[in-house]
Amino acid sequence: MRQHKLALCKEHYLEWIPEQTERFIKKYEMFTREEKILVAVSGGKDSLSLWDILVRLGYQADGLYLGLGIDGGINYSNESRRLAEKFAKENNLKLHVVDIEKEYGQPIPVMAQISHRGYGKPCAVCGLAKRHEMNRIARDLGYDVLATGHNLDDEAAVLFGNTLNWVSEYLLRQGPVLPASADGLARKVKPLCRFYEREMTAYAIARGIEYIYEECPFAEGSQSILYKETLNQLETVRPGAKLIFYLNFLEARKSGNLFIEKNMEMQKMHPCPKCGQPTSAPDFCSFCRMIEKMKAEITSSD
Amino acid sequence: MAVKLILRDKEYEVRPGMALVDALKKNNIVPESVIATRDGEMITDDEILRDGDVVKLIAVISGG
Repeated sequence: MRQHKLALCKEHYLEWIPEQTERFIKKYEMFTREEKILVAVSGGKDSLSLWDILVRLGYQADGLYLGLGIDGGINYSNESRRLAEKFAKENNLKLHVVDIEKEYGQPIPVMAQISHRGYGKPCAVCGLAKRHEMNRIARDLGYDVLATGHNLDDEAAVLFGNTLNWVSEYLLRQGPVLPASADGLARKVKPLCRFYEREMTAYAIARGIEYIYEECPFAEGSQSILYKETLNQLETVRPGAKLIFYLNFLEARKSGNLFIEKNMEMQKMHPCPKCGQPTSAPDFCSFCRMIEKMKAEITSSD
Repeated sequence: MAVKLILRDKEYEVRPGMALVDALKKNNIVPESVIATRDGEMITDDEILRDGDVVKLIAVISGG
């Protein structure tokens, strides 16, 4: 790990990762051992490793798997669900499974087609549905906090994209913790946000965690992957560049040294009249509007 | 003989005696984007590749 000027054997590496995770949980005041954590589990290396680490550290962590209905010729969703369920079973953990098609009538790719969102790719609809459902389940089942497996490469890629486009509102919101809101948004935390993607892959392999290696069929050619590859090229010639990029951003934001206005207020939110989750849209939230539109399209084509 | 690097469905051949990191760069593989294993065990970037080694590269990038 050139960015840390550190080399560890397998045994010590498997201790170092949970120790560092615990340090980040405390540093950013993510949650306590008394709180109930819902871990969003995709069947990938990061989320399964996060679940593994939190349980090893003695936190009360249950899993949530969202069935997106993505096949892509590789049985993607079914395989990722199998791996999430296998991990839960082997470790005697509770996994909630929500199937989007069963809940809303259509799998994500069809939902995207019918609702005409996302310029021919289902990623925008997928992201919207995941955020909506993760928050709904966390709220309805009484979890204190929702934890996701975002690693430093994920965070640096998002930061890179938002900086390239100077999206100040998103820059203002990005961080290891998104606090809960009184109007119904669950607290969201990213305990792995300071680990490189490569470090998390090494952890999953060393722990013998079986994860879905195949990429989501719709991720090919995505902007986030392009940003990650670009940052990795930079990292190769400047070890530590990704970490410094992200940490210095967090520091600048905390100290008010970003050029964005310090007192810029978040957009006003109100409860969606249909699902009750907070939204800044004028009436129904984006998710419920998409579902309504999809139902209307289906009815008119019958 | 030579050293074989395997990444998904692609194979690359390099000469023995090179460090892994140099073998990756020579084949335009960004070292930060992969983890290398030999006989099922992870190896580090500075590992010197030996004649006959078969190194499996695991892509680390995910996301969409």
